[in-house]
Amino acid sequence: MTARVYVDADEAVEGIRDGSTVLVGGFGMAGMPVRLIDALIRQGAEDLTVVSNNAGNGDKGLAALLAKRRVRRLVCSFPRQADSYVFDGLYRAGEIELEVVPQGTLAERMRAAGAGIGAFFCPTGAGTMLAEGKETRVIDGRTHVLEYPIKGDVALIGAYRADRMGNLVYRKTARNFGPVMATAATTVIAQVREVVDTGRIDPEAVVTPGIYVDRVVQEADA
Amino acid sequence: MNPDQPVAGARHERRPLDGDAMAALVARDIPRGAFVNLGIGRPTLVADHLAPDAAVVLHTENGMLNMGPAARGDEIDPDLTNAGKVPVTELPGAAYFHQADSFAMMRGGHLDICVLGAFQVSATGDLANWHTGASDAIPAVGGAMDLAVGAGQVFVMMTLFTKRGAPKLVPRCTYPLTGQACVNRVYSDLAVLDITPRGVEVRETFGIGVDELAGRLELPLMAAGS
Repeated sequence: MTARVYVDADEAVEGIRDGSTVLVGGFGMAGMPVRLIDALIRQGAEDLTVVSNNAGNGDKGLAALLAKRRVRRLVCSFPRQADSYVFDGLYRAGEIELEVVPQGTLAERMRAAGAGIGAFFCPTGAGTMLAEGKETRVIDGRTHVLEYPIKGDVALIGAYRADRMGNLVYRKTARNFGPVMATAATTVIAQVREVVDTGRIDPEAVVTPGIYVDRVVQEADA
Repeated sequence: MNPDQPVAGARHERRPLDGDAMAALVARDIPRGAFVNLGIGRPTLVADHLAPDAAVVLHTENGMLNMGPAARGDEIDPDLTNAGKVPVTELPGAAYFHQADSFAMMRGGHLDICVLGAFQVSATGDLANWHTGASDAIPAVGGAMDLAVGAGQVFVMMTLFTKRGAPKLVPRCTYPLTGQACVNRVYSDLAVLDITPRGVEVRETFGIGVDELAGRLELPLMAAGS
């Protein structure tokens, strides 16, 4: 189905169920879909598994969702930061589960989910505690670790511009996890700075083709 | 890209190096036109010592090649940061890409050099730089493991001893590993050391002799080219 453009962020996040796996875009605050996360907080889904590079910064976006205790389990590469105090408090109190995944493996596991790959062998992490309990194989003299896909029920991503077909372009390093997460979830919801008429994005410049995108909402009311 | 050949015998400077001087040495050894990733923290200093005509292209793992210096004033753009989330600038010829591409670039062997900080490096090139293993520490790995296995050359920048005087170049790492047998060279305040299949070779020392250094490290060291 082609994408649907929403005016109201609350409508755009309807239907997210308790217990869902939610892929949340962004590297720090760059590319983080804050308006969608705020809408998800109002929507009320809980017991979530969130997959995101970081564990929230300051009090906004993912940090606000964590503070509401809606997240049971976090899968991320780099939770500990100068301003990750919301996560730090929950983790130290034993109130959130954490799975640390090397950043490239995190991206590739979602890429695999979106590309129909059953699993893949990757040299990253071989011989480290992050590979403990995982199947390994020596390929070309080097130990590789078997990694399985990460598929989301929902992806919440930030992009720069969308057309009404859901084609997306991004801006600078805010692109980060958006294009990969857009392929890896059943329902993909994009927050964009502007929605333009179909035909106004150069087809050569499209980064995420609209086939991956289900719902689009503007970052701020027009 | 191959590192330059070791100099015959070790060079001696009179005093230990500070962070800037270590960064200048790393910058000196990066070949012209190399694709390089600088880790968060001390390795970031290397960028300040790269000559503009060296044409070194900096990769930042959050998805950019040809990253420019830190942004100031009006240049600050929340959509343009480095891996440490610090606002940066773009140079002419910059390119943006998503995370799966950024790490495919690393694992696929397309980056010539990465420069990382470390808690410990072993004499066989194992790297420990992501987690102290302390029970109250929150583990955070980011792209360190991907860089360790993927970059053509892994350079480490660190002091050679902890503040309490414990060696950070060790027979075997006691902190959790980032990667096995992945470090090629260590730039430290007291020496530049190559990790080779024959053992640890000293390229240069600063304010200490090779024998004294070997004694303090309790490791056998060889002078480069010996």
